[in-house]
Amino acid sequence: MSKRFLFRLMALLIIPALLLSACAGGTVEEEQEFVFGVVLVGPKNDRGWSQAHYEGGQYVEENMPGARMIVFESLNPADKPEATLEGVVDDMVADGAQLVFTTSDEFEEDTLGAAEKYPEVTFISISGDDAWAEGQDAGKAPPNLGNIMGRMPDMKAVAGCAAALATETGKLAYLGPLINFETRRLAASAYLGARYCYDEFRGMDPDDLEYTVTWIGFWFNIPGVTLDPTEVTTNFIDSGADVVLSGIDTTEAIVVSGQRADQGERVFAVPYDFVGACDEKPEICLGVPYFNWGPDYLETASAVEAGSWEQEWEWNKAAWDALDDRTKTPIGWIHGPGLTDEWKADLETFIDGMASGDVVVWKGPLNLQDGTTYLEEGEVATGQQIWYLPQLLEGMEGPSK
Amino acid sequence: MTGRAWLRRLWPLAPVLGALVITSGLLLLFGVSPFEGFGALLQGAFGTEAKVLSVAAFWVPLTLAAAGLVVAFTAGLWNIGVEGQIVMGAVASSWLALRFDAPRPILLVAEILVAMAAGALWAGVVAIFKTRGGVHEIFGGLALNNIAIIFTNYLISGPWQPPEGGTFRGTVPFPEKALFPLLGVSRLSPLSIALTLGALAAVYFILRGTYWGLKLDALGRNPKSAFLLGVSSEREMILAMMFCGALAGLGGSVRVLSWFDSLRQSISGGIGFLALLVVMLALFRVVLVPFVAFFFSAVLSGSISLQLRTQLHSSLGGILTSVMVLLVLLFGDYRQLGIFGSRGGKALADE
Repeated sequence: MSKRFLFRLMALLIIPALLLSACAGGTVEEEQEFVFGVVLVGPKNDRGWSQAHYEGGQYVEENMPGARMIVFESLNPADKPEATLEGVVDDMVADGAQLVFTTSDEFEEDTLGAAEKYPEVTFISISGDDAWAEGQDAGKAPPNLGNIMGRMPDMKAVAGCAAALATETGKLAYLGPLINFETRRLAASAYLGARYCYDEFRGMDPDDLEYTVTWIGFWFNIPGVTLDPTEVTTNFIDSGADVVLSGIDTTEAIVVSGQRADQGERVFAVPYDFVGACDEKPEICLGVPYFNWGPDYLETASAVEAGSWEQEWEWNKAAWDALDDRTKTPIGWIHGPGLTDEWKADLETFIDGMASGDVVVWKGPLNLQDGTTYLEEGEVATGQQIWYLPQLLEGMEGPSK
Repeated sequence: MTGRAWLRRLWPLAPVLGALVITSGLLLLFGVSPFEGFGALLQGAFGTEAKVLSVAAFWVPLTLAAAGLVVAFTAGLWNIGVEGQIVMGAVASSWLALRFDAPRPILLVAEILVAMAAGALWAGVVAIFKTRGGVHEIFGGLALNNIAIIFTNYLISGPWQPPEGGTFRGTVPFPEKALFPLLGVSRLSPLSIALTLGALAAVYFILRGTYWGLKLDALGRNPKSAFLLGVSSEREMILAMMFCGALAGLGGSVRVLSWFDSLRQSISGGIGFLALLVVMLALFRVVLVPFVAFFFSAVLSGSISLQLRTQLHSSLGGILTSVMVLLVLLFGDYRQLGIFGSRGGKALADE
């Protein structure tokens, strides 16, 4: 009997399969349609990193006639053990994609393989460095693979400056995710911005500024695996910090600070990543550094469609005169309602200085955390020196590795 | 043949058709034609050679874990811990792949054996908790699943993190010779196919042709009388769990040494839980396991195309398979209908 059952089961599974595949004929292609794919590591509505990319894709659809986005969400082994980047790209290309954005450093290696497999399709590996001629992985990328990243350290310096303007205890805290080149340079950049403004606008000795970094272990809380960001933020405030800067994807820093402020304490927070992050607790929010992928995505898509795209490693500067204009700047800063008018004025001065090049925070003398010299007196850091920061800087408390 | 006899013959189709109807309804609800939706799913699973190979590659660990589960279920055990056993197998293989150097054949055999041992040990702990500590295997298994996942996270963000710093993604890629030989550019290894077919044959033979298989069956049907008849329930339970753990561990090994090339954050990602569904849909019978597992693998892989084509959430494939399992569990007790005689369905179908 079991054989018969098996036959029936098989027949059952195969017959509709054949019927349906017969029905799945070719789709009608529209003329001058431009199809591009966006592969996300998280859900498209995560109010953080992945949502910012999804909105970037929507921006292209809105501003480029004939553009059609194909999105694949949550490509990570925990959510989709059966899916691979290669498989997703196969489908996107089969559906006509001429350009694919892979939006996580987790995809960097697999994007190389995909780009080699489809030389006629353009790939953009977000946050990667394979296409950087002066980078550590120079020469790895085939000619149809580029990289785009926003120059977030600049916005983190603004965040640090805001923190230094607001602090009364002289103790700042940075809620870090995991430790790598990217997170080190962001934490360090905020520190340098804070030092500059503590000195320049507060008239205090920047060496007196305490700056503690605690890495929770991942981009968001995983119970039992990472440190609990709620607890870490509580500890920060208990030990005297009155501004908490967030480097993680979720909102614990501003939520906990907000609760403490409700109890009458003087605390502020600077969230990260998402343009609407201040909404959690506006009155204690000093502002938010955020990514805005739309303009870069649009430029890339237009160039690919016109056939004028060329391989590039883009580390795009902010449109300094339009930090809150989402049609212009790839990264930005939104003033938070927690800023006083006086702080806002100082912060504007700082931003203008950075825009004009008069203010350079990544400038020597600068030592690494272990005391070795990183930049000589007056030396300005190169792109590589910022991108590949090997340790935290002298004066920052917290592990470098 | 009478109409009634036909009805009986067609009865097994009911849950499958029911699930198709329900999922089609969902598709219609979201404004997608079911023909387009299922068409995309099929193309996603079988549209190209690469897709077929990918379906087969995902089938391997799923089938291995499910084959092991059939043995555990026969002994009346709910080995929910199979997920953690896959993970521990993956961890054990990764340890050899990262730290040891030997000629390829020796290294591969060692990686496979150590994965099976690790899976078996992890399952043995659950079994001993049950027999000695009175902890039900579901709770013991769930706890050990979590520990296995936390242990992986510790390894990839701690001692095994890449030299450039942890991104929490995984370890560095293993050297070529530590990996299974692959078919072309796919993630499928002929070696895994051979191992899986061997495992299926072994399970079939054990359950049909050995004294141990009989004892497990007796234990699963009625532990008390089996004990009175002289079956050592503790020993057989532990062995049945360890057997299942060994196959799950092997699945984990396949996962790191052919699907990926390194130990990743969620190396299994729920394959163990899927395998539980596979076994249920297969009515706890090992002969059906490879086919049902293939069906699961095809539907899940096809869902990727379904999501891309329709821009619906790709969990639709998961809904399709889950509804099917649910309907089989609800209406699928064929024995009551007298279609298959008393052999169909083992211990759990009795419950």
